Amino acid sequence: MSFFVAENLHKRFGSQVVLEDISLAFEAGGVSGIMGPNGAGKSTCFNVLTGLYRPERGRVLFDGEDITGLAPSEISRKGISRSFQVMTLFDEFSALDNIMVALPAVRSGLGRAFWEMRADSALADQAEAVLAQVGLGGRERVLASALPYGERRALEIGVTLASEPRIVFLDEPTQGMGSDGRTLLVDLVQKLRTTYTLVIIEHNMQFLFQLADRISVIHWGQVIAEGTPSELNENEWVRSSELGKV
Amino acid sequence: MLTAKGKASLVPRQMLVFFVILFSFPFWSQSVGLYDYIGIEIAIWIIYGLGYNLLLGYTGLPSFGHGAFLGIGAYGYGLAHLNLGSGVWTGLIIAIAAASAAAALAACLLSHRRGIYFALLTIAIGQIFWFVSIKWHSLTGGEDGLLNILRPELNLGVTSISLKSNVALYYLVAILLAVVVLLLWRFLHSPFGSVIQTIRMNETRARFLGYRVWLIKWTVFTLSGAFAGLAGGLFCMTQESAYPDIMSLHASGLIVMMVLVGGGFVSFWGPVIGVVVFFMARDLLGSITETWLLWYGLLFMAVMVFEPEGVAGMWDRLTRRFFGQFPPAPDTKRSTQEELST
Repeated sequence: MSFFVAENLHKRFGSQVVLEDISLAFEAGGVSGIMGPNGAGKSTCFNVLTGLYRPERGRVLFDGEDITGLAPSEISRKGISRSFQVMTLFDEFSALDNIMVALPAVRSGLGRAFWEMRADSALADQAEAVLAQVGLGGRERVLASALPYGERRALEIGVTLASEPRIVFLDEPTQGMGSDGRTLLVDLVQKLRTTYTLVIIEHNMQFLFQLADRISVIHWGQVIAEGTPSELNENEWVRSSELGKV
Repeated sequence: MLTAKGKASLVPRQMLVFFVILFSFPFWSQSVGLYDYIGIEIAIWIIYGLGYNLLLGYTGLPSFGHGAFLGIGAYGYGLAHLNLGSGVWTGLIIAIAAASAAAALAACLLSHRRGIYFALLTIAIGQIFWFVSIKWHSLTGGEDGLLNILRPELNLGVTSISLKSNVALYYLVAILLAVVVLLLWRFLHSPFGSVIQTIRMNETRARFLGYRVWLIKWTVFTLSGAFAGLAGGLFCMTQESAYPDIMSLHASGLIVMMVLVGGGFVSFWGPVIGVVVFFMARDLLGSITETWLLWYGLLFMAVMVFEPEGVAGMWDRLTRRFFGQFPPAPDTKRSTQEELST
């Protein structure tokens, strides 16, 4: 069985069916992609997989364990981490503090009244290493709100990685990025793939074709195509769709 | 090394200044036209305000019914005194326990709410407690409240001190306030203190980092209720009575205004400043006009329009402008901001 599996997921909002019988499988150690036009149900799918929404039907299995309907906090504790399309940084905290509060050591040390995370040099080293990993070395003391857009995107990914995840979901990481930013992001993902299992949502086909081992194409709430980038290149629908022109 | 600056001392400079003012107050109060009783009132409301700011300023949860827990503390103390003849310590412990229990119960309903739903629900809960306090005559004395709760002797083991004098009572309240300040300072500089701020800044992200946000909210609300209960018990001891008015929506709104005017969102000391400003306004404006609350309301509006971060925010900005080279305060939020500006 695959590392992360979604079986026959259904999700509706009122009378609108957003996900209709979606099944996905992501392998450990790889980069998986989910692609589709705007409004196809990609983000809803991500939100169901990571616990923000509960599906009406279907199951989500992580490393063989059924995690369907668990709260986001519980899903996160199992080693599933995600970034957001709309950035979710702690703006009044420095870049370093954003990472620190995401470290599992801080989460498990909540009851320690006399422990100061900012004064713990081992913890700071750990957080600095995460920042360096996403290219934010030297920006530790800058407030998240004061970082330029590209660096905020990088910090968003840094916070996602700080929780020492076993699988990382990235929601539209190229959102709002220029071509330079996208190039940096490609390098970053290439670097991260050696350490993490990654699942990336994108509507930018080029980006995903460069990086992903396997891609699922979602449209009208269904998986309409699935395969390696080269297999999808041969796919009639993908070739004729708007996706390739993005 | 980045972390060298990170350590917040147990008793920072601002706290020392605060303690000096707090404990010397009776020596100079009369020379500036003040009196011991207002010192007691201010100290009690600071306890209430600091506890309230855990919710509003740090966790970003606006409670508009917090007077309920101040009132429950007052009734708890009063009933313990009248029915059990309990002294200072037992009375206060019962006040804290009663308010914490009520807050814990309310928090069960509130911990999964946020924003406007949280705010409206706190109003509803506050009104329920207020209504009960008026209608449950046999327990609360109805609209008259509980009367003749005489100030007790403070039993210190080897000796006892009468709290009939305002100076003696002031020092009891001041010592308890100092303990509250030390406790809250430590609490807010522990990891828990940082994590409750992440809930204010982005609750969804906090959940996805594995924090059980509802449990944290529940804990903070209950704690905040406990401080309100302590303040309520002391309030009852001071006023020698407990009455429904302090639980009203109007009274609950006052603590929100005080904390906002003082700058609870940007500083630990915001509630302290806000409470002092309120009581000074009451006495100074009140000596000039009966409609002082109208003028205080206008002052509140002016602060919200021109200085939304309150007096503490203004102070922060001015000191940075004039003394920009000063070393950053250990307070986390501002230390990073100051670093940016230098």
